[in-house]
Amino acid sequence: MLHLILFLAFGAVCVAGAINLLVQRHPINSALSLVVVMGSLAAEYLLLGAEFVAAVQVIVYAGAIMVLFVFVIMLLNAGEEERTKGSRVAMIFGIPGMLVGSLLIAWVLLEHSRTQSVAIGALPGPPKTLGWLLFHDYLLPFEVTSVLVLIAIMGAVVLAAPPESARRSD
Amino acid sequence: MVPISYYLILGGILFACGVTGFLIKRNIITIFMAIELMLNGVNLSFVAFAAQWKALSGQVFVFFVMVVAAAEAAVGLAIIIAVYRTRETLNVDRVNLLKL
Repeated sequence: MLHLILFLAFGAVCVAGAINLLVQRHPINSALSLVVVMGSLAAEYLLLGAEFVAAVQVIVYAGAIMVLFVFVIMLLNAGEEERTKGSRVAMIFGIPGMLVGSLLIAWVLLEHSRTQSVAIGALPGPPKTLGWLLFHDYLLPFEVTSVLVLIAIMGAVVLAAPPESARRSD
Repeated sequence: MVPISYYLILGGILFACGVTGFLIKRNIITIFMAIELMLNGVNLSFVAFAAQWKALSGQVFVFFVMVVAAAEAAVGLAIIIAVYRTRETLNVDRVNLLKL
């Protein structure tokens, strides 16, 4: 019972943050509601027992990535976004279509997916076991991601560097 | 006891919010945040399925998704800075030419 209450509470915060992200017009408000979404998702991971994933979610996602976002928003001095007129047909057919589709998926998941119920902290993911998996069974993917991060760093430096003409004038 | 399907539905809602934001938003940074929202919804279903099948591999894959998301955020935000430097706008409707 406690599990269900906690799940619903954090799930409601999560969905509210996601909808607020869509409704807000200023990017900084959207970024802050994304932080709320990520924080409550970390609580959901804790409920499932994935304690290390929850910690990494807070540190990497809510910490590092969102700081990057907020930093870019402030660097570019992003203002409120302009509203453009969307297509009428998309409004008329899109919203009911999305509602019907999501209700169908929810019904299939609830009635026919044969998923089990899990207790609070169902599958503990202690850092020791995860580290063993990461550096033993998944060593090759791990090394590949480290190369990917290196390429991403170089790409970011090259792309964000000032253009050639601006540097020559100094 | 909470059924795994509840977690899957929550992940689905987050993914749907991400797709909607990607389609209706006009600010390029907010579109980027909608993509992060989609990735978070997928991560939640990874962890939920890991709990269902009692397999920790699901949680390991969440780390890989996070690493790719971090790399994507770094490169994407650098591209946004480059676009802003040449176009002086963040509105995707005004960024409609491939050339500089």
